This record gives sequence, C-alpha cells and structure tokens, in this order.
Amino acid sequence: MGVGNEEVKILAIESSCDETAAAVVRNGREVLSNVIYSQIDLHTVYGGVVPEIASRKHIEKINQVIEEALSQAGMKLEEMDAIAVTYGPGLVGALLVGVSAAKAISFATGIPLIGVHHIEGHISANFIENKDLEPPFICLVASGGHSHLVVVKGYGEYEIIGRTRDDAAGEAFDKVARAIGLGYPGGPKIDRVAKEGNADAIHFPRAKVDENEYDFSFSGLKSAVLNYLNGCQMKGEEVPVADVAASFQKAVVEVLVEHSLHAVEAYGLRKFAIAGGVASNSSLRAAFDAECAKRGIAFFHPSPIYCTDNAAMIGAAAYYEYRKGIRSGYDLNAVPNLKLGER
Amino acid sequence: MKLLALDSSGLVASVAVVEDDCLLAEFTVNYKKTHSQTLVPMMEEVRKMLELDLASLDAIAVASGPGSFTGLRIGSATAKGLGLALKKPLVEVPTLEGLAYNLYGTDKLVCPLMDARRGQVYTGIYEFIKEGAGWRMETVEGQCAVELSVILKKVNALGREVVFLGDGVPVYRSRIEMETEVPYGFAPAGRNRQTAASVAALGCVYYAQGKTVPAARHQPIYLRLSQAERERAEKEAKP
Repeated sequence: MGVGNEEVKILAIESSCDETAAAVVRNGREVLSNVIYSQIDLHTVYGGVVPEIASRKHIEKINQVIEEALSQAGMKLEEMDAIAVTYGPGLVGALLVGVSAAKAISFATGIPLIGVHHIEGHISANFIENKDLEPPFICLVASGGHSHLVVVKGYGEYEIIGRTRDDAAGEAFDKVARAIGLGYPGGPKIDRVAKEGNADAIHFPRAKVDENEYDFSFSGLKSAVLNYLNGCQMKGEEVPVADVAASFQKAVVEVLVEHSLHAVEAYGLRKFAIAGGVASNSSLRAAFDAECAKRGIAFFHPSPIYCTDNAAMIGAAAYYEYRKGIRSGYDLNAVPNLKLGER
Repeated sequence: MKLLALDSSGLVASVAVVEDDCLLAEFTVNYKKTHSQTLVPMMEEVRKMLELDLASLDAIAVASGPGSFTGLRIGSATAKGLGLALKKPLVEVPTLEGLAYNLYGTDKLVCPLMDARRGQVYTGIYEFIKEGAGWRMETVEGQCAVELSVILKKVNALGREVVFLGDGVPVYRSRIEMETEVPYGFAPAGRNRQTAASVAALGCVYYAQGKTVPAARHQPIYLRLSQAERERAEKEAKP
C-alpha cells in the first residue's frame, strides 16, 4: 500500500491555533474541498488569540467543518485512504481537539492516521498550486508563531538554517499594529494602511544576528517603533500612522528578502518559496517577485487562502508521508513545541 | 441497547461498553499519562477483547462536564469523532450525575466533590427515589462550581445522612470532617471516582428517554468562563 499509481484521497484536519479547518485532498496536490472556520472575530476584543476560547470553539465546530469538507468534495468518509491531522506545534488545547477527533475517526473506520507537522503543512501549501514544484528548494516560513528559513531537501526532509531569536515576523506585525492603534490581527491591517504611507519616511533598524547570518530578530525593530511613538507623544506630535506602518513593513520585508535570497544563492538552489500567514503580505510578495526575477530565481507562493492556517496544506504534506508508509498510532499526542523534521 | 461510554473529565480515563443491563467491559486507568495517549488505545483494547462491531452500538455516552477543561475536550472530541464516523448520536451524562450513579440505590444523600482548583469544588447533591423495580436518581442540588462550605451548608440544612465521593475528598477531607454536621461517610475504592460503567448505565436511562444529541452539536459543560472572559467581565463591571 502507498506506492504505485493508485489514487490517494486524504481527509485532513487542522486546529492548531484559531482556525478550525478540514479538507479533502487528492494525490497531495488536488484540493477537492478546503473548509475553514475562522475564529478571528472572537479573539479580536482580546487583542490576540486566547487559547481557552480557541479550544472551546474548536470543539464546537470540529464535526461541522469535517462534514462540510466531505460534502463539498462529494465524498464519503469511507472513501478516504488516510486521516491526516496537525499534531504540533501550536496551542496544546487547540491541537488536542483535532488530534482526538482524528484518532476517533481513524479508530472507528480503520482508516490509517497520519500526524502532520504544522510547518510542514505550510511549506507543502506550495505544492497545491505549483504542480511542478519539487524539492530541493529554500522556503521562508513566516507567520504569527514562526519565522523559519528552511532547506526543503526532499519530501518530509528539512534542514532549518535560520530562525527568529525573539519575536516571529507576524508577532512583530501584531505588536506594532496594536501600538499604532490598528488592532488585531496586525498583518493585514498594516499591509492595508502601509499602502497609504511613505516607506522611506522613517528609518527603522534592520537587525543582523551575528552568530548566524540566516537568523532573524524583530524585537529591536519593534522597540525602535515604540521609541519613535514615544518621541511623537513627548513632542506632542501626531503619529503618522501610515508612514510608521509602511516604514516598519519595509524594514521587515528587507530583512526577510535579504536573508532568504542570501540562503538561496549560498545553497545554489534556484527555487524559492514562501509560506505562512505573513506570506500573504502584498509588499513581501512584491519584493520577492522583483528580486527573484532580477536574480533568475523561480519564486513560488501559495494563494492567501493557502497561506492562512488551513487543512488542505496538511493533506498535501500527509500525502508524501503516506507514500513513505508513515502512519501514526492511536496514542498520537499533541506536541505543542514539535520540531520540524522530528516525529 | 448497546452503548460505548467514555469519561476523561478528571484524573481517571475510563471506557466501558454496556449492553442492556449488562456491563461487557470496562477499562479504567488512574495514572499520570495524559488522556490523549490512553483513551483511544484503551478503546481499541476493549474493542479487541469484545470482538466488538462498532456499528452495533446505538450511541456514544460521554461524561459531558464539568471537569478539567482539557480532559473534557479530549473526551468530547473523541466522542464527536466516533459519532461522526459511526453516524451515531451522543448521550451527554453530566460528570457529577455519573459520579453519583456509582452509589445507585443508596438511601443516603450523595454528594460528589471534584477538585475544581481556585478554592472551589464541582459538586451537586443527589438522591435515589424508589420507583418500580429500581430507583430513579433525582437531583437535589444541580451541579455547580462553589466553595466547599457552600455545599456543606446545603448538606447540613437537608439534615440527612450523606456519602461523599470524588477526587475532591482527599483534597478537602479534614474540612469535610470539621464542617459536616450530619452523619456522613466516604465511598470506597472502585466507587469513589469517575467510572465509564456508571456513565454508560445512566446513559442507557437517558437514551431510553430519548435524550440524545447529534454528535456535531455536542460540547462540554464547563460551568466556568475562560480566564480571559472572566477578567474582561470583571473589568467591564467596574465603574
């Protein structure tokens, strides 16, 4: 089982943070359905994701999204070849909902279970719309919880060459957005407001990490923004919100682009992909588009719907695990700090 | 009528299968391993031992809260997954009712106490009323999250003998002994913690009464808001 040319249909479940999601994916790259229940409105009043509220909402919605995913795919549960589920990293209470439901479904039907790494899912989101993308390539994973620069050596084979030393890129967006009064979620709000601002109005620092040229650090940049805002307040000046947003965003984008493409050149790979929530930032995409074109690097990125947390990407990642014969047991647990490439 | 029951509301993980008035299997573990690692492997063991055809089940009974938030969700998500895959309804058995049912038929009052942390217990008061060939469990005081002294005052006011049980007993034993003014006793091992056999037995009663819910609709009874919601409500209540 798992080799040859037979069709493989996977029901995938994702509940690691504040999206309850299920999808049906055929042969790893064809999405038959992709249902996402986003809880974002619930968490907005708290200025960020509240784990207990997220977990409660997951339990409320989990069956509904799974049933909807099967129904939109026009398929029955019994037709699935595997049940895939995100088991880490993420919020433990949130992860446990998907993991427990997936295990129960696998147990009740005898359909094999595959635990999937959330970041592996984000990376694999690139396979969905780029049918000819194959490893090896370099991938930048940037989201509210993660900032990783990864060499994708093969399907399911990763080497993390760079990571953030402090805040994740998306986290920096959230914190700055809160400080300039844009609220949560910061990424899309800054992206929108920045379009009205001058990205060269204020020069914020671009942090380098001495020990590793591929690592990131965003806390210094965040502090610089906060200092600038304090300065405005002391002088009684009005904060130029759009300029701050644009200048901050430019600083983040420049660092991400520079480190990523440096890695692409250093590793001699001519393929580069981005993934994760921050990958839907329009300014980041434009910068990578331009820079990759200039250097003759093939640039891949998922549509925004596959950048956000979703289950189709989990189904894509699970397909390659399935082909390798990887299966999970009924004792599969949620692992909140699961490392990429570990099982 | 055949029911599979689960309880992972507290420290105990428990799985049982009941057919009509007969317990076919029960697997109960009270150990440090997390429920997410034990619950489904325990179900698999029970399934194998009974050569159980899951399609022959009429419903899934689940201890529906209160309890540990995470424990409840593991049980609920498991029950919901089973319900979805097997196309069977769920029977929600409130955790404290399931606990009280351990002492079926007693002529004493039953007062289950679960440690709810933050100085509170999840509790309630139940009694068994003679009816036909058995007894019907009646709720004297519905399940709630309160300080121990609140429930003990209610027990004292009822003026009847009472049996305490649950994981709140070892936590509060000396205070129970000091503050209880009526004759009291503690349930023994095997009867004093959550057991899926009781969830299944009471689940059968509810199933027969038509008290089932579609798996998609089930969610646990927490009896408490999340900390963030509580703090927000407190902040808004202040002038």
